[in-house]
Amino acid sequence: MPNATYIALIPLLPLAGFLMLGLFGRKYFKNTSGIIATTLLLISTALALYTAYGYFFEYGKVDGVYQKLVPLKYTWLQFSEGVSIDMGIILDPISVMMLVVVTFISLMVHIYSLGYMKGDERFPVYYGFLGLFTFSMLGLVVSSNIFQIYIFWELVGVSSFLLIGYYYDKPSAVAACKKAFIVTRFADVGFLIGILILSFYSGTLDFNTLIERLTVPESNELKNAVAASFLGVSALTWGLVLVFIGGAGKSAMFPLHIWLPDAMEGPTPVSALIHAATMVVAGVFLVARLFPVFAISAPSALSLVGYVGAISALIAAVIACTQTDIKRVLAYSTMSQIGYMMFALGVSKYGGEEGLGYTASMFHLFTHAMFKALLFLGAGAVIHFIHSNEMKDMGGLRKYLPITHITFLIACLAIAGVPPFAGFFSKEEILLAAYQHNPTIYWIALITSGLTAFYMFRLYFSIFWNKEHHPHGERHGEGGFVMMMPLVLLAVGAAAAGFIPFGHFVSSDGKQLGTEFHLQFSIAPVVLGLAGIFIAMWMYKKENSKPDKLATSLSGLYKAAYHKFYIDEIYLFITKKIIFNLIGRPAAWIDKNIVDGLMNATGNGTKDISEIIKGVQSGKVQQYAIYFLAGIIGLALLFIYWWK
Amino acid sequence: MSGSTIIFYLLATLTLVSALLAVTTRMIFRAAIYLLFSLIGIAGIYFWLQYEFIAAVQIVVYVGGIVVLIIFSIFLTQQAGEQLPKQKLGRQVFAALAAFCGLALVMLQLAQHTFTGTGNKAIEPTVANIGNQMLGVDDNGYALPFEVVSILLLAALIGCIVIALKSKPETT
Amino acid sequence: MIEPGLYHILFISATLFFIGVYGFFTRRNLVTMLMSVELILNSVNLNFIAFNKYLWYDRLDGVFFTIFIIAIAAAEAAVAIAIIINLYRSHKSIDVEDAEEMKY
Repeated sequence: MPNATYIALIPLLPLAGFLMLGLFGRKYFKNTSGIIATTLLLISTALALYTAYGYFFEYGKVDGVYQKLVPLKYTWLQFSEGVSIDMGIILDPISVMMLVVVTFISLMVHIYSLGYMKGDERFPVYYGFLGLFTFSMLGLVVSSNIFQIYIFWELVGVSSFLLIGYYYDKPSAVAACKKAFIVTRFADVGFLIGILILSFYSGTLDFNTLIERLTVPESNELKNAVAASFLGVSALTWGLVLVFIGGAGKSAMFPLHIWLPDAMEGPTPVSALIHAATMVVAGVFLVARLFPVFAISAPSALSLVGYVGAISALIAAVIACTQTDIKRVLAYSTMSQIGYMMFALGVSKYGGEEGLGYTASMFHLFTHAMFKALLFLGAGAVIHFIHSNEMKDMGGLRKYLPITHITFLIACLAIAGVPPFAGFFSKEEILLAAYQHNPTIYWIALITSGLTAFYMFRLYFSIFWNKEHHPHGERHGEGGFVMMMPLVLLAVGAAAAGFIPFGHFVSSDGKQLGTEFHLQFSIAPVVLGLAGIFIAMWMYKKENSKPDKLATSLSGLYKAAYHKFYIDEIYLFITKKIIFNLIGRPAAWIDKNIVDGLMNATGNGTKDISEIIKGVQSGKVQQYAIYFLAGIIGLALLFIYWWK
Repeated sequence: MSGSTIIFYLLATLTLVSALLAVTTRMIFRAAIYLLFSLIGIAGIYFWLQYEFIAAVQIVVYVGGIVVLIIFSIFLTQQAGEQLPKQKLGRQVFAALAAFCGLALVMLQLAQHTFTGTGNKAIEPTVANIGNQMLGVDDNGYALPFEVVSILLLAALIGCIVIALKSKPETT
Repeated sequence: MIEPGLYHILFISATLFFIGVYGFFTRRNLVTMLMSVELILNSVNLNFIAFNKYLWYDRLDGVFFTIFIIAIAAAEAAVAIAIIINLYRSHKSIDVEDAEEMKY
């Protein structure tokens, strides 16, 4: 049986790290904060692996079905009979998998940062924030109550805000962290309303009970939820769509993706942890958590998920082909891959073979964490070497950064879907699921995978081949052992993770799903991927003018993609011209003139009255005597006529 | 229509008219003299009430002492010849109104109340009776208040001298 | 004409009292204010004697009150004159409107 203490320690150890380093770090732990945080996280990772081993191999499976176990539940706020906010831990296949992913990637980032952030003045603060983030993310994945997940959702948002704005003296970083927080917070309003709708109709906030009540076909709750409708769409669908909006904000789906490229203002290890591997997949995780309700009771919501995911994947891939800042390219690549995960869930059905999309999505999440973190950390090593983010300052770096080169290449091959690396297996399963259920999405996914290979290898060749553009000055070597070790470990993961039979462990209904290998089916994506690689090699391996010629010939599309399809400008227009002028200014006028005016009038009125009362004390004895007489006459009248 | 009635009304008229003139005239010395007449009128009323001792005390102390003191102070503050400034009309009206209201109230209460005497045997207010009781130490004796008032007079005497003392000029 | 009794004397004393009150409110000169106060005190004396004669004729308390009031009024008038002289020295005037240092 699972030991609740060990499992509870997994998120609590990084929290302890945050508290310790946050409160005392600057004074006492200036140099050792990294070691302390890394050690705590090492223990957490070991516990997570131990829990995973126990769950998947020992006690998790009952009669061939993986159970949703709740080893810890603590009733916190009881609203009414069935509705209470509990703090609990749920163990089911996806949460255990996420425990492993989050702790492992966080550990890699912690170790990497020992070298990358060395010498930074706020070193303990950085590790404290990393600990806070890890705690929040771990809490999010094991939440057993939908409100608990919302609490950790917001905590993750706050940690992201703190880490993006880590370099707080850079105005661009400050603007970026504000943007991230505001956009995700705006999406979370939808999430909250969705929670309220779902909990209203199912009468509970607990995940297991909620899913049960809303998926059993004859249950009263389900009937009520489907019967009540607003604008022709059932209440249950609205609830799920709103919850998905929250998830879309956090996972940077179109059109709420605008914060992700700007979030690259944070330190690169932070981008690796938060905006590649863990936080941005929270939206996918949320949909996966509520997947039975989506699939069984509101298929229209699920198809919305699919289309949003597919569109995001395509748009991100197109934009990524034109960007020149390597972190921005990786950011759009993340958005695209998360789009893959989303539409994989979107095309999936519940149970058995039909549930392939679910397994594929989770598998892709797992492998994507590995190679995306690897890509970001590698990019960090490159930026550390060149001291610039722009591709035009790089080139020919394979001579100077050998280990970075090899690991980056492995990651690029993985993301392009070249066998036998991890990305091939997970992407192939996604494409298979899409092909089986929704041909439109399948073709979009296929085109996107070609574009993915193209822009990733555009990035690769521009950095490591091509002509050297950086100044030939003093140059230090690659980062030391602490920066290279995570790269190597992640590369091993990116290479080998594909061979895990994921369907044995994670599937939509808990039963084992066999993975078959459809050779003919895989030909098309692999060929497309290789074509993308060769085109990129032809255009970018040596310095030439082919990219510029292509850009001028596709000038309209190129310009739109380079400016990210003007979506930021549209948002600015809506907020500045419409919301500020029509809502903001009148509200400010009312606040200043009516509300403040009322208060000021009260104050001034009081002052004027007191001036009048002040005049009573005039210093003239005769006036006092008059008041005296008046008072006496008044009292006399009172006593004679009124008081008996 | 006996003589005592007429005398009473004459005295009352003298008192009230002099009092009214004392508070309204604009020449200060005349106000002092009108006050003097008013006080003499009151002494006359005491005589009419057959309280001769009090009448005597009134004339000796009030008329002969206090009014003279007031006249001294008029001369000391060099106000004798000038006309007094007039008060604001509003104040005058308001004060008259207040006084009149008060008077009306008191009159109303007096009219509604019936005064009854005790019905015991009367004591004559002769000097002998007054003197005996004033220095008596029994239940009705006023020896203690008498002593206290004499101390008060002493204090007043000393206080006046101290207050009105001219401060010594600084010796250079 | 009615035989004068208690009510007449009380009327006189009340009128005298309120004449004194009017004078106290209206006069600008400190000495004339003092005169008004003397009128008030005299009206009180008259009241005491009247009650002593018509209502409490078996005792002499009213007489004693009157005697003491006269004595104390004399002392008070003397102190008041001393204060007026002192005020005249510092303000060079005995107009009561000029002595408003206790204003807010």
